[in-house]
Amino acid sequence: MSEYWNEGDPIADTAAPDGPIETRWERRKFSAKLVNPANRRKLTVIVVGTGLAGGSAAATLAEAGYHVKSYCYQDSPRRAHSIAAQGGINAAKNYRNDGDSVYRLFYDTVKGGDFRARESNVYRLASVSVNIIDQCVAQGVPFAREYGGLLDNRSFGGTQVSRTFYARGQTGQQLLLGAYQAMERQIGLGNIEMNARHEMLELIVVDGKARGIVVRDMVTGEITTEMADAVVLASGGYGNVFFLSTNAKGCNVTASWRAHRKGALFGNPCYTQIHPTCIPESGTHQSKLTLMSESLRNDGRVWVPTARGDSRKPGDIPEDERDYYLERIYPSFGNLVPRDIASRAAKNVCDEGRGVGPGGLGVYLDFADAIRRLGKKAVEAKYGNLFEMYQRITGEDPYRTPMRIYPAVHYTMGGLWVDYDLQSTIPGLFVVGEANFSDHGANRLGASALMQGLGDGYFVLPTTLGNYLAAGPFEKIAEDHEDVVEARKSVEKRISRLLAVDGDRTVDSFHRELGHIMWEYCGMERTEEGLTKAIGLIRSLREEFWQRVKVPGTGEQLNQNLEKAGRVADFFELAELMCIDALHRRESCGGHFRAESQSEDGEALRHDDEFSYVAAWEYATEGGKPTLHKEQLEFEYVHPSTRSYK
Amino acid sequence: MALKILMAVTGIMLVLFLYLHMIGNLKIFFGETTFDHYAHWLRTIGEPLLPEQWYLWIQRGGLTIAIVGHIWAATVLARRARRARPVKYAHRPKVQGSYAARTMRWGGVIILLFVIYHILDLTTLTLNPNGQQGKVYANVVADFAPARWYVTLFYALAIVAIGFHLRHGLWSAFRTLGQQKPRGERIARATALVLSLILVVGYLSVPFAVLTGLVG
Amino acid sequence: MDIQVRVWRQSSSEDDGRMVTYDVTDISPDASFLEMLDVLNEKLILDGDDPVAFDHDCREGICGMCSMVIDGVAHGPERATTTCQLHMRHFKDGDVIDVEPWRAAAFPVIKDLVVDRSAFDKIIQAGGYITAPTGAAPEAHATPVPKKDADLAFEAATCIGCGACVAACPNGSAMLFTAAKVAHLGLMPQGQPERDSRVIDMLQAQDDAGFGGCTNAGECTTVCPKGIPLTLIGRLNSDYRKALRNR
Repeated sequence: MSEYWNEGDPIADTAAPDGPIETRWERRKFSAKLVNPANRRKLTVIVVGTGLAGGSAAATLAEAGYHVKSYCYQDSPRRAHSIAAQGGINAAKNYRNDGDSVYRLFYDTVKGGDFRARESNVYRLASVSVNIIDQCVAQGVPFAREYGGLLDNRSFGGTQVSRTFYARGQTGQQLLLGAYQAMERQIGLGNIEMNARHEMLELIVVDGKARGIVVRDMVTGEITTEMADAVVLASGGYGNVFFLSTNAKGCNVTASWRAHRKGALFGNPCYTQIHPTCIPESGTHQSKLTLMSESLRNDGRVWVPTARGDSRKPGDIPEDERDYYLERIYPSFGNLVPRDIASRAAKNVCDEGRGVGPGGLGVYLDFADAIRRLGKKAVEAKYGNLFEMYQRITGEDPYRTPMRIYPAVHYTMGGLWVDYDLQSTIPGLFVVGEANFSDHGANRLGASALMQGLGDGYFVLPTTLGNYLAAGPFEKIAEDHEDVVEARKSVEKRISRLLAVDGDRTVDSFHRELGHIMWEYCGMERTEEGLTKAIGLIRSLREEFWQRVKVPGTGEQLNQNLEKAGRVADFFELAELMCIDALHRRESCGGHFRAESQSEDGEALRHDDEFSYVAAWEYATEGGKPTLHKEQLEFEYVHPSTRSYK
Repeated sequence: MALKILMAVTGIMLVLFLYLHMIGNLKIFFGETTFDHYAHWLRTIGEPLLPEQWYLWIQRGGLTIAIVGHIWAATVLARRARRARPVKYAHRPKVQGSYAARTMRWGGVIILLFVIYHILDLTTLTLNPNGQQGKVYANVVADFAPARWYVTLFYALAIVAIGFHLRHGLWSAFRTLGQQKPRGERIARATALVLSLILVVGYLSVPFAVLTGLVG
Repeated sequence: MDIQVRVWRQSSSEDDGRMVTYDVTDISPDASFLEMLDVLNEKLILDGDDPVAFDHDCREGICGMCSMVIDGVAHGPERATTTCQLHMRHFKDGDVIDVEPWRAAAFPVIKDLVVDRSAFDKIIQAGGYITAPTGAAPEAHATPVPKKDADLAFEAATCIGCGACVAACPNGSAMLFTAAKVAHLGLMPQGQPERDSRVIDMLQAQDDAGFGGCTNAGECTTVCPKGIPLTLIGRLNSDYRKALRNR
């Protein structure tokens, strides 16, 4: 027990069959109840979010004959942030005959997740990966191809097999457009009712089942209640709790958080992925960070000056006064160490005062050697578009002066807890994609996020949701049912409360400050002292928020600051839970590094005997202590080992 | 879409006519007799199958239909464009594409005005200072006399306008009719430019020849 | 640097709207154009004014949400750049910058610089897809696609649907947008069965949505942040004629 949380009963995933892992999904599909096609029309499913997971789910459910209502905060479903994914999508096709298999992808993913993911889920993900590629190709996704007309593959994120399918640096965009087009087809056919510029602000739970949502029309401000037989959240990750991240500005936790407050457990909130190669902050105006493909580390060398506070231009620093620290510390992997390790090493050298660029928050990524070795032409052919992007943003020419990079928050492995059926602890509430906590454990491998989003949406959810809906159609809920009215009123009350404060600080200023706290104490390196301090800071900042925030305008119009204010209010609550989760997990694993738990040479140290579980948190009351439910993880196939990159 | 195909087809018909017309014009450099004889011959095309001037009227009819069709389609498209942007930009948009493309509509109006004047001048001879039926050479020479520099200027401006109009129009017509390869693109652009230039030079040579006394 | 912006303010679709001038001081040349507007908005909020509404999301040039006509040019003076990737270093101290929304009947203004681009979704609904229900897909390698076609299809498919082409077109036409999708799907073997109906239906949807007709002015491609080539419109025209013939 602790002053920050209570410990509750353990929780278990009862949906996954046991027995041989290879056939678990087959057996689950067979045991799942089916819905008569004639009945599907009578069943309504709400899908919140239109990214890879939500878009593919909405399209597939509509094709199956369900009536789908879809919601997104953007002006079109095509703009969800999946669109920004650059690298690629993994699939165990073994087109390269390099020894890849479903089992190997499964193995790599469990290991890459630092043994904090569920084996059953990961195996299923690896096995549907091959269907995803077939599906996307059939939709006309223009993947990169070889001269023979067959699909090209590349190796990504340090794996030894080439299993990553890609469409230049815009894989996410092309996959999303595939799902979006399938969705638009269903919208045109009247099977999906699309509500763009609508934001979910509350979950409606009736008789213990998720039965609808409360949404705000972001153009008119109108609040409506939308009813359904089941609700699917595909609302993405919560990296924006850090204010600066590679997420889109609108990405938020509100849909998930509202569901959490209504009883859905939140799994592993502290697992955040920090990507090592982003363009550093250039000043206080910075509103977001831009990712640069990891592939740059294949040829670029990372270094900082040996001396602290060396403010000479990079070209003026002689070779023997440079510290190629990744090559020095990790001689065998060098500049290609995994994301979490590269990120932390950059933080360490900057903490020592050897960082470069504004505020000393950056390290050099130098291509001088590569240009000498391969020639400028070859470097341009490989990285030309990335160099161009860098130059566009920073105004510096990376062919002549080394790039500056710094880690940035990129992905959140945590999310709403779901069972093997992707159902949360609220019956009828399903969670897919980055919004759930499921398949990546404590660290996500490159090119796996797209795979999970589409796997969930195209193949997993449509089966498991059918199993739930087979018991329906459920009793119709009237708009004036007390639970519906209550949910709607709480939304209206919250909006008036936000508008009523009329203080003297902007929403962004609070969000920025919250982000600073999180980055400082719950970022790449976490300590008991820092996290405790952060919880205190967050609580007082939240209090200040509700006394001093200024939200201009009214609720009955397009009001972007009102939207932001609601999201930031939820980020405050999530931030506290993240810190509590990070505080309780006194081990280092994947994206979670506790300074107290490291080996003699500074590497992450897991404590499998104590922490081999999913932390599923139950919401208490506002300001109350959350309750921890542990889901013990069993490793029957991939046995926990220590990662080493020396 | 059908309107655009109509624009392209009628446009190309008119260009073909302009070429025939230009070749005729250039006969002026072979002297008065040849030129007047050519003008007379035009009236006799098709004889004896067709009575005198019938061919000419058929051609005139065809051209009128083409012009009316061209203008009608342009007007409908222009009105649609206006409806598609009911509020204008406060900051006048910079021309980013081609100047010729942006001046198609005004250029077209100028050309129409010129054609009307041109018919009144050299076909009906209403506005011609010489105005003798059959004395085509003399009429032209009188028209472009140095004292009447403003006529020459208007003529030259109109021809340049036609040049611009065709440079974009021809290329646009190729595009409308389905040209799509990057190589074809270069060819189409070059063809449009060369065909327009030939026309401009060909047509301008006559008044400037008169002006400089080369013909007279 | 200190600049002045003249921004289109329009409180709702019913309002007439007007240009309003604001001073923005002490802006870093490293700030993006949207970050400059963020700074302006922070000031407006604290002064008790209504902040400028504008669409934005990813701020890395891929989502297609940002949409401003800057000094008469969609997405501003830098070629092949979205507004979010345009940086203040391209302007000079003391500049007066005009900022307007996309202007087209098919893109009505919702508020200030925010417009409704759902007409684009309507065009896609009409045929901008390949009918391939989930589960029905054959093995991915069953149909090889010539690399040349795949590369060209990809180029066409990079369209981010921002609408700059419509904003820049003197006719308010959406031809480049439609042509890009017709070309992308028409180049893939999987897209052949619906090729004829696709082009006819998408063009019909485009006309129905109130876009103007294309006169090949070429303004669209010069402002396109992804450099979608004008030749794709020729491709669409050719597909359209063939489709009419096959009907």
